[in-house]
Parts: sequence; C-alpha cells; structure tokens
Amino acid sequence: MEKKDFKGWLYLLPAILFLGLFMVYPLIDVVIYSVEEGYNFASQSFFGYGVYNFSYVLHDPFFMQAIKNTFIIVIITVPLSTLIALLISLGLNSIKPLRDLYQTVFFLPYVTNTLAVGLVFMILFKKTAYSDGLINLIINFFGHESIDFIDGPYAAKMFVMCFYTIWIVLPFKILILTSALASVPQTYYNAAKVDGTSKFRIFYKITLPMISPMISYLIITGFIGAFKAYSDEVAIFGTNLNAAGMNTIVGYVYDMLYGNSGGYPSYASAASLILFAIVFTITVINLMVSRKNV
Amino acid sequence: MSDFKDYEKIEKTARIARKSQTGLTYFLLTLWALIVLFPFYWMLLTSVKDYGSYNSEYIPKFFTTSPTIQNYVEAFNAVSLGKYFVNTIIFTAVTTLIMLVITVLSAYAFARLKFKGKDFVFALFLSLMMIPNELVVITNFVTITNWHMRNTYMGLILPSVASVFYIYLLKENFEQVPEELYKAAKVDGTSDLKYLLKVLVPICRPTIVTILILKVIECWNSYVWPRLITDNADYYLVSNGIQQIRENGFGRDNIPAMMAAVVVISVPLIILFLFFHKKIMEGVSRGGTKG
Amino acid sequence: MKVVLENLTKRFPNRNKKIKEDVIAVNKFSFEIPDGKLIGLLGPSGCGKSTTLNMISGLEKPTEGKIFFGDDDVTTVPAEHRGVGLVFQNYALYPHLTVRQNILFPLQNLKGKDKLTKEQMDEKADEAAKLVQIFELMDRKPSELSGGQQQRVAIARALVKMPKILLLDEPLSNLDARLRLQTREELKRIQTKTGITTIFVTHDQEEAMSICDLIVVMKDGLLQQIGKPQDVYDDPKNLFVAKFLGTPAINTFDGEIKDGVLFIGEDAVLKMDGVTDQKVHVGIRPEGFIPDENGPFKCDLKAYEVMGRDSSIISSHDGMTSTQIRAIISSDIHVNTDGGKVSFALKPHKVHIFSKETEERIYLG
Repeated sequence: MEKKDFKGWLYLLPAILFLGLFMVYPLIDVVIYSVEEGYNFASQSFFGYGVYNFSYVLHDPFFMQAIKNTFIIVIITVPLSTLIALLISLGLNSIKPLRDLYQTVFFLPYVTNTLAVGLVFMILFKKTAYSDGLINLIINFFGHESIDFIDGPYAAKMFVMCFYTIWIVLPFKILILTSALASVPQTYYNAAKVDGTSKFRIFYKITLPMISPMISYLIITGFIGAFKAYSDEVAIFGTNLNAAGMNTIVGYVYDMLYGNSGGYPSYASAASLILFAIVFTITVINLMVSRKNV
Repeated sequence: MSDFKDYEKIEKTARIARKSQTGLTYFLLTLWALIVLFPFYWMLLTSVKDYGSYNSEYIPKFFTTSPTIQNYVEAFNAVSLGKYFVNTIIFTAVTTLIMLVITVLSAYAFARLKFKGKDFVFALFLSLMMIPNELVVITNFVTITNWHMRNTYMGLILPSVASVFYIYLLKENFEQVPEELYKAAKVDGTSDLKYLLKVLVPICRPTIVTILILKVIECWNSYVWPRLITDNADYYLVSNGIQQIRENGFGRDNIPAMMAAVVVISVPLIILFLFFHKKIMEGVSRGGTKG
Repeated sequence: MKVVLENLTKRFPNRNKKIKEDVIAVNKFSFEIPDGKLIGLLGPSGCGKSTTLNMISGLEKPTEGKIFFGDDDVTTVPAEHRGVGLVFQNYALYPHLTVRQNILFPLQNLKGKDKLTKEQMDEKADEAAKLVQIFELMDRKPSELSGGQQQRVAIARALVKMPKILLLDEPLSNLDARLRLQTREELKRIQTKTGITTIFVTHDQEEAMSICDLIVVMKDGLLQQIGKPQDVYDDPKNLFVAKFLGTPAINTFDGEIKDGVLFIGEDAVLKMDGVTDQKVHVGIRPEGFIPDENGPFKCDLKAYEVMGRDSSIISSHDGMTSTQIRAIISSDIHVNTDGGKVSFALKPHKVHIFSKETEERIYLG
C-alpha cells in the first residue's frame, strides 16, 4: 500500500515541482509584493505593508490610459470578431466545393508569429516619407486624405489595433463555430424543413440555440484573451507603448518590471492583481448571463 | 386539390434566389480569404523587391519584375537572424520535450495509478488552470533573476515546461482506454512504466501529437517571457529578434530586408501547417485557445 | 389521401470515388398506396426503404419517376409544401424546447391565410398531446422523457398540423423490446383514430406483419412483393420474401421435381402436379410439418423443445440449406423421440417451391 502511494507521487513529482515553483509560489508571492510598500529590487528591502501600491497604480495616468485602451479593444473586438466569425462559419457551412480550402486559408493567421505579421500590418498602414502606405492609397482613391494610422490620431491607431486583433483571433473562432455548426444533427434541419420552417426561423430557433454553448464559450474566452492584449500591440506600435499612447494593462505590468535595475515588482503586482480582479468579475458576469440564456 | 400546381414556378424563383445567395456567399468568403492572404503576399513580395526600387515606389507595385534575394542575405548579415533561429529551435525542442515527459507522467498518475490524495491534487491542478500567466510572471521574473539565469536557455525554458491544461487533456484521453487493458497487463506482469510506454502512449498518439503541435506553435510564437528574461541578443528568440529588427535593425528603413526576416521566421510554422493542417485544426478545436 | 409511385428511381454517386457507376438505391419503383391505410415498407437494411420514404417526404429528389398525392403530381414540390408529417428514427426533438414548444413548432411556421391564433395553436397542440397520451408531460424537456415518451412527442409533432400523409422512419427501433410491442399497438390505434394514410419503414418483419394493412417488401432497391401481411406470408412470390417473413424463419431445402413428385434427398415428400421436372429450392414453414411415423420425410432428430402451447422439433436432413430444420407443432401431439429419427407428413399449402435459377415461385399447374 505504502509503495503504491509512493509510486503515484513519484510520477507526479516533476509536475508538482514545476507548478509549485512557477505557479503556486508566485501566486502567493504576487500578493505579498503588492502590499510591500517601497520595495527596492536591488536591496530587496521595503518600508512596510499597505495599499499604497494599488493607490499609486490607480493614480498613474499611464495605467488609466492602459485601462481605457484595453477596455476599448475588448468592447470592440470581442463582439465584432464573434459576429464576423459566425457569419463566416455560416457561409462555410452552406457551401460544399472548396470548403476545405477556405477553411484552411482562414485558419492560417493562427499559426503565424503575431510579431512578424504585425510588422506587415504596420507597413501596410504606415505613412512614411516615401510612401503613404498601401491602405492610404486606397483611401486616397476614394477621395479622402491620407491618415497616419501608426503615429497619428488616437482613433486611427485604435482602428488598426482592433483590425489586427480581429484578424488574429478570427481563425480560432471560425474553427470552433464551424465545427459547432457541423455538429448540429441534420435530422433537426430535415424535421424543420418538412414542417415548412423558414430559413430565418430555422437559424433563430434551432441553429442558434444549439450552438449557443459554443458562442458563450467563445465570448468568455474572447473577453479573457482581449483583456490580456499585449503582444499584438507591440507588433504594431513597438515596445514603447506608453509613448504611442497604446499601452494595455498587461503592457503596463511588463513595463513596470522593465524599469531600471529589476523595475518595480510591487507596482507590477498591484496592476496584475487589478487586471485579475477585472477579468474575474467580467467572467463571472458572463457566466451568469450565459447560464440564464442557455 | 390544385394547391400543388404553382410550385413549379415558386420552385423556380426559389432556385434563382438560392443561386444568387450562394454566389454572394462565395464572394464574401473570397473577400475575407484575400484579406487573410494579402499580408502574406505582401511580405513575400516586399521581401524580394530591390531596396532602391522599393523606396522609389510612391505607389507600391503589386508585383515585381526583378526579384532579388539580396534582402535575405542582408537580413542574415545585419542581425544574427540565424542565431535567433537556432535559439528558437533549441528553446522549442527542449521545452516541448520536457513538457511532454512531465505531461505523460502526470496524466498517467491521475488516470491509472491509485494513491492517497489523488483527487485533492487533481482538484488543485484544475484550479491552477484559471490562473492567468500575467499574475505569476512577476515572481518568476524575480526568481529567475535571483537564480542568475537571465540570458540562459534554462531561464527561458524552465517556467514554461509544466502545463496543467495538457495534463488534463491527456488524462481524459488515457481514461478512455479500457481499464481491462491495464488489468490484463498487470496480470501478465507488465510494469507500470512499460504499460505506459508500450500501450497507453501508442494508443493515445493522436492526442499526444496534438499537444506537441500546439506546444510547438506556442513556443515558436512566444514573445513576452523571452523578452523579459533576455536582454542579450545572443539569447533572443525569433519574436524578440523581429522586435529588435523593428526597433533598431537595418536603420529602420530597410523594409524589404525586414520583410525578408519576417518571411524566414514565418515559413517554418507555415510549412508545418501545410503538412499537418488537418491535424492542427482538429487539435486546436479540441482544446486550443489563443490569448 | 392515396399515394402513387410511378417508376420511382434514385441513384447516388458511388462513395468509393474510383467506381464511376452510380449506386441505385431505388430502382423503378411503382405501386399505389390506398387512402387511409397503414403501410409498412419492409426490407433488410440498405434496401432503399428509407430513401423511398425521403422521396415521398420531399427531402430527396428522385432521379427518375413520379410521385402523386391523390391526383396531384408532387414530384417537384419541395418538402415544406407537401404537407406531410415525418417522424424520425431518433425522433429529432429539439432538445432546447419543451414538449409543448416542440409540438407547437410546425404550427408557428404557418403563414398567410393558414396562420393560427395563439389559442387555436394551443388547442391543436393539446389535442395532439391528448391523442398520444402525453398531455401531462407538456412542460418537460425531451431529455427528461423516456424513449417511448419521446416517440409519442415526435408523433404528436408530426400529427399536429393534420398532415395528409404521415411518414415514420424506423419509429420503434430505438425502443426496448417491451416498449416496442406496446408502442406499435399505440401506433395502430392512433392511425385508426385519425385515418391518416401512414407509411412506416421497418426492417422488423414481425412489427410490419402485426399492425400493417399492407406491406411492401423491398430488396436491393427493387420491389419484391406488395400485399396484405397474411397474403404475402402465405403466398410469397420468391425465395427472398419467403425467407424474410416469418419467425421462426422458413426451412429451406434443395429439392427436385421428378414425374410430378417433389423429392428432398431420397425422400419423395409431396405430390406436385403440373410442374415440369427440374431442380428447385424448397421452403417449408415451421408449422407445415405433421409428425407421422409413416410420413415420407425422414429426418435426424436433434432436439425436442416443449414451450407451453407449442413444441419445436429440431432436426436435420441431407437436403436442407438452412442450418437446421425447425418444426412447430401443438404440444398436445405426442412425438416419439426414441431412436434419433423423426418422420413428417407435410401440409401442401405450407410448402413452396422456387426456381433454381431465378428463385421465383413455381406455382402448381
């Protein structure tokens, strides 16, 4: 009996070791950091305990900008990407020839390095001394003046950001929704057809309720993912996101770590706990809403 | 009973409506396909344009008559793209391998072995799935720094080798294998380890391949942790390399060379995707997330 | 409403892409289903019976041929305009809707002059629910019902819009044996009460025989025989039909006609007038045997099973082509089982002979 127990723990040992060291311990540690006031990384010393770190972060204009940016990205990209993905999946589901090809093409952005493709987007949108960039040429063609998407007005930058984010997150959503649609048994559609159900009613009364668990899954994971937006922003606007006015909450956390000589782990911890609180709250609300509807 | 008579006509109109709807569907799908593909085309195109001619094109051309590989040479010479490449391959291979060993062992322990406290530990593992990376990265950064592992492979690799999600995925799969097989193996005197390696792993190969592919994609694209933990270009991964190139490589303006680097970095995964697209898409829909 | 099928044919492209030839699921099918009857489409799986049903419902388009409802050609009329009710094998109840909502669903589709008020719809739904005796389950979800109850809901949903024709695809195959017996009686009761022409598909001959007014036997897309169940049983047109109907199954033998006498092996078992000399397939129903110590048909006894009312005598014979011979006799008759031999006389109308080549029935002259 003893030996049996020992064996189980032995198999688990590596996982427990790594998870303990790099997940459980940090989890406790991050809370401690967040309440240690005036922590200095170099001397590993601090003044005392309190909520000053939270107060500092919440009064930091960069953090407030990051919160604003993050919320805008979330509110625009999550519903929009889910809707577009639903439309594309419905389209995919209604065709037969070339379906696999389209599906494969649509999935391509998933496997690409977001930093790398972000550069391409930057070039397409960027206004330089030599050229206004391809997108601006198209805008010019429709009789509008060039817009500086990368270093210009906030709305323009936000547009590029949201466009790229949607481009990046769509493959996953399309994939999930296409397989959800395909898994609705054909007999339901046959039954509805024999009963003379209109197309819209079939969609609204049968398809949508049947795939609604997947849609709410996508919305919940979409919210979580969008709140953690960071590397897509770096891809388009570079590492100095504060200067571009396009920083996100996660970006703020990393910037805090990156400051001089090890940075300010206390501020970073406070910020990341605030992020966690936001994501947690939104997820709980999401779950409550979807439970009610499904 | 003549209410069936007009249906020939109704059917005809319906057929026309259906046809035009199909046409519209194809049009919109093609449009999105172009939006998806265009950046790839553009980076490929720009990467073979001559530096001089690229800069002289106020209106960018959609094709080039004189492709050049000069940009690729430039990309490899101006920054250590080759070095980043090797770093990423080492990082991806080692991380994936260690992750696989840990995952298989733990999944097996949870799925088949009986020991005290198993359910409790499993519940604990599951609850860890909800912990966002951003929360723990701060301490990990401090830990690795204190261990003097910044700018080392170990520092890059260690924090990303354990994944609760993959353990969970594989455990579920292991449990689908009938327990009779385990009992039969036990009766035949097969050791646990041998049963795991000779029976379970081969049976569950599809899931293991899925996990491998997902992890490789994740590693190849990882940016945040490597950026925190490396500031020496000798240990940059491709993502950091790209960022480096963007911030100060090539004097910022040699966009064709930049695109050449982007192509080089994107190609391995795209090739992997072209070969395994069925498998990858299946795997991602079974358990992948992004973000 | 009567249903007429005329040369109905359905071809599918072969799933194995290397084979260019199409698969013929239904081949030149012609028959007439009289108004108000319960008809069973019967055949082994893959015989094209479901395809036939789908063409009648309009879910599939025939490759060739015509379908008439009454005098109207409905071949090109889409499913939603045919006014048929369809019950699916797995019921296809919408899992997210309650029983009431499921039953109301077809009514809510009605448009224009057919549109009903809410009260009318509720009334009709209640009526349908009462007919199939599920009125007290109206507010449950399908997942909270047993298989038999789900079946009834599916029938109620198909009936609620008062279809001209009710179609059922293997309606009983997902039920357990006891429920199946009960439900098939129920089906008969509902059909009799509503008087709707009802076509149902089944592979279970017992099911079809027990409740149908007419059965249509199919094999490989071809119509084998159509008729009243007892007529088809007593008078099968070919070997397939003879073998397919009846439990226990018919006993089959290799036989030969010589000078107006049927031989099985060495035994001259029956006089057969007016049939030319030839080798034949012989089918003898289990109830066609009369134990008789002086009978002409001499078999080796294998087992003797008394099962209450009836007994089975299991025996074998050199000429048999089934795995054994099973004779069913009344338990009152005493059979001498000593000596390992048993002899039978045969009831002539329970013995059928079929051509060796075509397997078609050979009738006595």
